[in-house]
Order: sequence, then C-alpha cells, then structure tokens
Amino acid sequence: MKLFGSGHGACPGCGLPIAVKSVLEGTGPCFVANATGCLEIISSQYGKSAWGVPYIHSVFENSAAVAAGIEAALKALGRKDEGPVVVFAGDGATADIGIGCLSGMFDRGHDILYVCLDNEAYQNTGNQQSGLTPPGSNTTTTPSGKVLPGKIKPKKDMVSIALAHKAVYVATASVAYPRDITRKAKRALEFEGPKYLQIHSVCVTGWGVDGKQAIPVAKLAVETALYPLVEYENGQLVRVKKIKDRKPVEEYLKLQRRFRHLFKHPKGKEVIAELQKIADENAKKYGLDA
Amino acid sequence: MKITLGAVSRPLESLKIKTGDWGTEYPVIIEENCKGCGDCVVYCPDLCIELVEVGKDEKGKVRKVAKVNYDYCKGCGTCSVVCKHEAIKMEIKELYRG
Amino acid sequence: MMKVVRGFYAVAYSVKLCRPDVICAYPITPQSEIVENIAQMYANGELGNCEYITAESEFGAASILVGASATGARTYTATCSQGLILMSEVLWNAAGMRLPIVLTIANRSLSAPLSIWNDHQDSMAMRDAGIIQMYVENNQEVHDMMPQAFKIAENHKVMLPMMVCMDGYKLTHAYEPVDLLNQEMVDEFLPPYDPPVKMTTKDPYTFGSYATPASYMEFRAAVYNAMERSKKIIEDVYKEWAEVSGRNWGGHIVAENCEDADVCVMAMGSLVGLVREVVKELRGEGKKVGFIKIRTFRPFPAEEIAKAVDNCQKIIVFERSLSMGSDAPVTLDVKSAIHKKAIDVYSPVVGLGGRDVPHKLVKSTIEEVIENKAKPGTYFKGLKDYEEVIV
Repeated sequence: MKLFGSGHGACPGCGLPIAVKSVLEGTGPCFVANATGCLEIISSQYGKSAWGVPYIHSVFENSAAVAAGIEAALKALGRKDEGPVVVFAGDGATADIGIGCLSGMFDRGHDILYVCLDNEAYQNTGNQQSGLTPPGSNTTTTPSGKVLPGKIKPKKDMVSIALAHKAVYVATASVAYPRDITRKAKRALEFEGPKYLQIHSVCVTGWGVDGKQAIPVAKLAVETALYPLVEYENGQLVRVKKIKDRKPVEEYLKLQRRFRHLFKHPKGKEVIAELQKIADENAKKYGLDA
Repeated sequence: MKITLGAVSRPLESLKIKTGDWGTEYPVIIEENCKGCGDCVVYCPDLCIELVEVGKDEKGKVRKVAKVNYDYCKGCGTCSVVCKHEAIKMEIKELYRG
Repeated sequence: MMKVVRGFYAVAYSVKLCRPDVICAYPITPQSEIVENIAQMYANGELGNCEYITAESEFGAASILVGASATGARTYTATCSQGLILMSEVLWNAAGMRLPIVLTIANRSLSAPLSIWNDHQDSMAMRDAGIIQMYVENNQEVHDMMPQAFKIAENHKVMLPMMVCMDGYKLTHAYEPVDLLNQEMVDEFLPPYDPPVKMTTKDPYTFGSYATPASYMEFRAAVYNAMERSKKIIEDVYKEWAEVSGRNWGGHIVAENCEDADVCVMAMGSLVGLVREVVKELRGEGKKVGFIKIRTFRPFPAEEIAKAVDNCQKIIVFERSLSMGSDAPVTLDVKSAIHKKAIDVYSPVVGLGGRDVPHKLVKSTIEEVIENKAKPGTYFKGLKDYEEVIV
C-alpha cells in the first residue's frame, strides 16, 4: 500500500507533498499525527484521505502531545513493533501555537520523529506571519507599508530550541533535496528518543513563486546559506551541506513576491543587508562554504 | 447516508479525486532523452510519475523511463525543471491553446 | 473492605482497579492528590503495563489522551477549574472524535478572581461539549462510579468522553469510610476496552478528518444522538452496578418523597447530603417537601424530572454555578423539562467559590419558598450586601 497518495488537494508545485512522501520513504509504515494546517487540509477531508498510514489530526497546537499519546499507548499495549510515530506540523503549529506541547514531548523523551514543515508563514489561512517567517517577508499580518518593510524579527531558532531540549537527532532539510530528506528521516529513526527535522518547503501562493520555480527557489535558500542544511546527533553537529560559490541573498529574494518590495522600499536595503548578515553568520557558524 | 464513527476515513480515498484536470499544462516525456534517473519521480508533488520498463538498452540492461499518470498530474512543471536530461517538456493543454 | 480514606485516594484506587492503559495529568488544586496517588501506585509498579505521563499542561494531558485513546488505549485523567477549561478545546474535539476518555473533575470555581475553592462553574462550562457528566454526593459514590464511567463511555453505542464530578475539597480532601472494591469484582464488571476502530498500521485509517458542509451536520447530529442513546445505557450500568456491588445509588435522579410534595428541592454533588437532611426535617415538621438528587447532568434526565415533579407546584434548584445573562445552568434544563407544567422554579445560587452553605441557610431558603416569601427566578443566597466601586 502507498503511504501517501495522489489526489490530495495541494496547490500545483507545493513543496509539502514532496516533503511528506520523502519522509515516509525513509520511515516506512508509521503512525502520523498532524497539526491543523495546509497538509491537514489537503490530505484529510472526510472520505478523501490521502494517507496510507494510520493518521490522526486533533487540533492546531497539540500534534506533539497527540503523538506522545500514540507512543504511550503502543508501549502500554505492547504494539511498539507496529511502526514509529511521526508528527507533521507546520511552522506556526511548531514554533508558535504548539511549542508548549513540543517542549513537553522533547522533555519527556518520547520516541517520536517530529517533522516541522516550514513554509515560513500560516499559509493555509493566507500567508499570515509565524515565528518562522523570515525578516522582510511581506505577509498579510506583517505587510510592507510606507514605514514598515514587512516582518521585522528574525526566524525563531527552532534548531537551537530542539538542541537545548537534548533532542537526540536534530536536522534541517529542504524540498530541494528530497533524497536528503529520506536519508535524514531514516537516520533519525536509528535514534531512540525525540527527534526534530525541519524541512524548508516552498509555498507557491504565499511566497509568490511560479510553480515551476518552486524547486529552484528552494535550492537558492540553501545556496545562499539562508537555509543551512545541518544535522546534529546527540547534540553534536555531524554533517552540513557545503555550498560551492555561495550566492548573494538577492538572488533568492528577487524570485519571490513576498520580498519584492525590498528592492524599492526605503528600508529595503537595510533588510537585505540584515538577511545577508544572517546568511554570512550561518555560513560561518556551520562552516558551509566549500 | 452512511457516516463513520467520529469521521474516521478509509485510507487513500483521495485516489478517487482525479486532479489531472487542474492545470493548463501537462508534461510530455521525451523517451529517447530519459535516462530513468528517477529525479522527476522523487520531486513530483502529486506522486504521479513512475519509472516503467521499455525493453533493454544496447548492453542488454533493462531500460526504464518516466511515465506520467495524467489522472493526477496538476501540470506544475516541477518535473520538467528538475530533469537534467531535457527529457520532459511542458505543453499547453488543447483546451487552453490560443 | 471498609477503610477510612480521603476522597482522592478513593478515586485513585478505583481508577487503578479499572486497569487503564494510559493515564496523563497535570497537577491542579484540589485535584492534584488524585494523580499524586496514581503516581505513587505507578512508582510502586502497581499499575501493570499502564503508562503514566506527567504532561506539560492540562491541554497537553488531554491531547496525549486523544492520541492514546485513538490508538486503542483505555485512558484517564483528572482535572478541574482552569485546567478543565484549558482542556476544553481538546475535549470538544475528543467528543467529536468519539473517544471514550474518562475524567474525574474535582469541581472548583473559575477565575477571576482566582479561587481554589469549590463550586460547579468549571464543569458547567463544559456542558455542551458532548461529554457525559455525572455528579457524586460522597466518596463511596465516586469510588463506585469510576468502573461505571469506563463501562458507559466505552460502550460502542455511546463512545463519548465522561466526567465524574466530585466537589473539590468537600469530597476530595474529606476522610470518609469507603468500602474499597476488589480487583476480581471490577474485572468481572468491566471488560478490557475493545475499541470499535483504532489507529494501527495493519488497517491504516485516518482519524480526525475534517468535514465539509456536506457531512459536518450529520457528524454533530451523531454526537447528539449518541448522548441521547447513552441515557438508557447509563441507566443499565447504574442498575448492573447496584446488583454486583449491593450499593444502589439510583438512576439518573433519585426522587424522595416527591409524590405528595408541594415543593420539590433539587441538588447535585456534595450538597445533596445536607439538602436531603433539611428536607427530611421539614417533612418531620409536616411540610410537604420532596427531594431530588440529580446524578446525571448530561444527558439531562428531563423525562425523569418531569415525572418526579408531576404533583408539585414549586421547584427549588440549589445552584452551584451561573450562566451570566440567564438562569443558572441546572435551572435552565429543569425549566425546559417542565415547560408544559405550571410550576414555579426558584433558583437560589449558593456556595460559589467555596462560600459556606450552612444548614440554617438551606432550611431558611426552602422555608421562604414554602411560605411564599421568595420570588421565582435566579437569586443569590448567603451573599453579602456589596457596592461596586472603581477602586
């Protein structure tokens, strides 16, 4: 049986199904807890489920806790051999509204792979900013205006938050590299305990990207070091995706409607410089430059 | 009408939703260019490309090429962009041709 | 085995005998000692294969139980007050998903102002969620109720969460003699949970689907009808319990001396004992007063109540909660139950936030009604005169 099927309702060119099928390719049959959001809406309409694995959606902010309950039940009922437990939650569900449940899941050490599908805003409801929206992004709740150049603050550092909880495996990935996602999902399951995988996923409508440009744009996020691909095992950085001839952030920004204003806004240069600084710091911190 | 306890759904019922009529374009596989690398398969967001056997190559090895299931293809064009072998081109559906 | 125990132990011990698979809770006064006792049992290895989880919040606790229950586990938690309303989003969801999670509610008031003391405002706020609610009058009753709650909630014709409500402090912290159940008897009464459908990789169903307008209404009607259906099943379980335990707590309501009563007095929870006693006294004084203990609040036993009050002219409902802007919650249902009868309903609100409800107050409140000195409607008793000023 397929673990995730065609006929789901994702927009053409959406990154989420790429992320999901790549994770499931690595995990095999598993239990999925999914937060309210794009993925849930495109895959779990009554009578039209796209899932070939046992799947549950409860509410927006509790998928980490629901997964913890599944894991506990499997343990209590002696059914742990049925498969691993995986969470799929969006960036808002992870970094904002659901961070309490996620912290509890980490803290109690549940044997769960938590996958954050990071499309950098509440895209299901129309591109409202989340804690993982990057600075300068023009969202419907942080619009650019005469004074403000879009979102002000940087992305919440979920990797550090996961590491601070002593999650056994922490990694970032991108829909630009599906085979890497599969490898990381598989690798994650070699560790017992809470695991965190954050996957950068293009939202063609929210970001204002042509469907055909989705993967090239996702690649540029990695190639500019704005989205570093890193991998921690037991708290140690073990692998990073090196970048040959790192590109300036403008190349990534100019392809997306959400950043278009930065090229004419009075504060645009400042924000672009800030983004470049973030990229430079990522490159330095993780030793990304090949 | 029949409804299930707590709105539990059966698996993979999405397969009855044919999303193939969504897009304005569709991919065409240029078989002679296709190396069967499977990149389009792993990237396809609609899980509607698979590799199928099309006989054997000069060395007698099984040759596989990409095949699109147009029932579900939304015509996003991702496959054509990620293909390194110029084996997929996008064409406008007849309905939308000027 | 008769033993003098505190209310929280009576609950914890009974829950243990029900062999739950997953227990998850977050501490909150005055519930904490229930889960503390369970935690000790877990630490002592007395809970078998049960997983006991300390959650990061009541919201998390309820969510964990949603996952566990959907996976086929028998699930339990205890909470109250702020904890219960923090759970409320998840509990509404659990009811809609038809997950038979059992809860003990150690009834406590709601903030603001913050108060840790007892009334029924917390559970009443969950009235419309699709959760079965019943209220106990003492610790033997709550001890007896836990196995019954699992049996009711997990019945395939019901499949709804169930709350067993006990008054915080008044019962949770009270020492009372309780005839403790034994494992054999509970095992015989309560079979292991047999989920009609569960999350398994062998049969990978999708739980928590969303519904469009084409089917949402049917799913909500199904919850409504399951609640209606549960009336009979609850009654059957109450009866069965009376047979196997020898303790008959009655049906949805317990009506005493109502046949010839002019005034029927109703109460729920720990106030039952006192009100019953006062009514008996008044009977002794020749007043035609009857008493009704309401056990099941959701589903509301409207027919039973209408039948019991058939001959009376006045009803007094001792309310322990409010519905701001309307009559108090129990009164609303009682009025609805008797809407074709010409009966006046008096709703004295007493004991909010742990305010003492003395014998004298109950007696004078009933006497005022008998003597036509009170007006029908919702009013406060035991309330001080107050004037609201800015600061």
